[in-house]
Amino acid sequence: MINLEFIINTLSLGSLYAMLALGLVIIYGILRLVNFAYGELIMMGGYTMFLLAGFTPLPWLVVAVLAVLAAMLTSLFTEMVAFRPVREKSLTAMLITSFAVSTLLQNGALLIISPRARAVDLPQLFQTSVMIAGTNVPWRNILTIVTSVVMLTLLTLLLRRTVLGIALRAAADNFTMTRMLGVPANTVISTAFAISGIMAGIVSIFWIARSATVTPALGAPPLLVAFVATVIGGMRSLTGAVVGGFVYAIIISLLGIFLPPNLLEFREAFMFVFVIIILLFRPQGLISSKTSVERVG
Amino acid sequence: MLELKNIHARYGAITALRGIAISVSQGELVALLGVNGAGKSTTLGSIAGVLRPWQGDILFEGRSILGKSPEQIARLGISLVPEGRDIFPSLTVEENLRLGAFTRSEKTEYSRNLGEVFELFPVLKERLQQPGGTLSGGEQQQLAIARALMSKPRLLMLDEPSLGLAPALVDQIFELIARLHQRDVTILLVEQNVNRTLEIVDRAYLMNTGLIENQGTPQQLRTHADIEGMYMGVGRQAKI
Repeated sequence: MINLEFIINTLSLGSLYAMLALGLVIIYGILRLVNFAYGELIMMGGYTMFLLAGFTPLPWLVVAVLAVLAAMLTSLFTEMVAFRPVREKSLTAMLITSFAVSTLLQNGALLIISPRARAVDLPQLFQTSVMIAGTNVPWRNILTIVTSVVMLTLLTLLLRRTVLGIALRAAADNFTMTRMLGVPANTVISTAFAISGIMAGIVSIFWIARSATVTPALGAPPLLVAFVATVIGGMRSLTGAVVGGFVYAIIISLLGIFLPPNLLEFREAFMFVFVIIILLFRPQGLISSKTSVERVG
Repeated sequence: MLELKNIHARYGAITALRGIAISVSQGELVALLGVNGAGKSTTLGSIAGVLRPWQGDILFEGRSILGKSPEQIARLGISLVPEGRDIFPSLTVEENLRLGAFTRSEKTEYSRNLGEVFELFPVLKERLQQPGGTLSGGEQQQLAIARALMSKPRLLMLDEPSLGLAPALVDQIFELIARLHQRDVTILLVEQNVNRTLEIVDRAYLMNTGLIENQGTPQQLRTHADIEGMYMGVGRQAKI
């Protein structure tokens, strides 16, 4: 049962979940905010694809880039109008704001588009497969893996080689100290929200490639995956987010093979049993950040 | 250069500063002395923009900096090395220093500053690619000061730089502060080590429960009864 097809499927799912988790954790690391409106960024990407692919003659690659752009701009916009005004108040205020943004965006989609699922026109490539070593491998899976490798490389380069990236990592260690060195808080936070939006936009392409439809509630399942993956991996570490995404994908794929067919619909419940077991032994997540043991203040 | 006028500040529900006035001139080395809870760190935090005083004014080079954000104040050339150092543990030494120079964009200036910093702290040159969190306490303190110096601050504020260091390292830190003073760096120093501090500063303020109780040159202060008490207190602590 564990053959090449399974491995590539799991790798592809893990790559997707890793990107998903990264987009959530990059904001958490700096603001300690779990952005519950993150799923709606994926929805925004989805509707952008639905509208552009269905009603304009734009080539598909342009549609995909614009979908990522739409998710990024939505992320930046929500930071500016919703999160920035309450940032200095309290973490609770930001958390509630993120629920509000999530609800507003979902209801906006209900109102403007439709509560019903809309089909997204996808290029042929997403439905075709290629033979590798006697196994049928969907192009979609290969593209997911390649994209995630490219994105992880770009993100690593940004975080290690640019001053802004170093400032982002410093802000995750100690935000006040970073500001005291002259790094503007808004620049750091906007950058984090932009990266989060880009990740959500890219995930939206591959997420929708699996179902080929978009609904206003599309964002809920990926948000849950991202949240659980970051909890498994460790909320404070970007490496942890990637590890968490892959661990999530591996467990869920193995359950798909080894669970008896009549229990398959409870796959998520079994998944969470594993999560609880992991957290019993590693409450800080699999990868704990060095800073989490440091004194605060 | 720096002037605090009638500053009142709260720290949570506690009134930490009850109307203090201090001033530091260009090139001066001035200390704030006092026991724990006297309001020394709150004073530095107010200047750095981390805490917002609710009354009074803070002037830097003649202009009010009250209500400015920490990043704006850093850009004016005020640099704080906080108590507990607050280096970035997951960043390498080099990255810590690079961020220290964030307000300085010129590349040639960066390498020149880096050279000066290595001259003062040779150990950092050896540790360049090591994460800050893996350094010893003394090395972290050096890194924190080096990071602040990378911005070529007009005013350097040090909050208890000798805290928690072994006696030999304490000597090193005080020698370093004296050296920086000789290089005309303007310094506002918070310390509990009264004895050592009075050996190197131009002037000092004596703080107690959010007020300035006394001020003057080391000679003037040494004869004062209050400081004798602190002196003894600190001296006794140090022996245990």
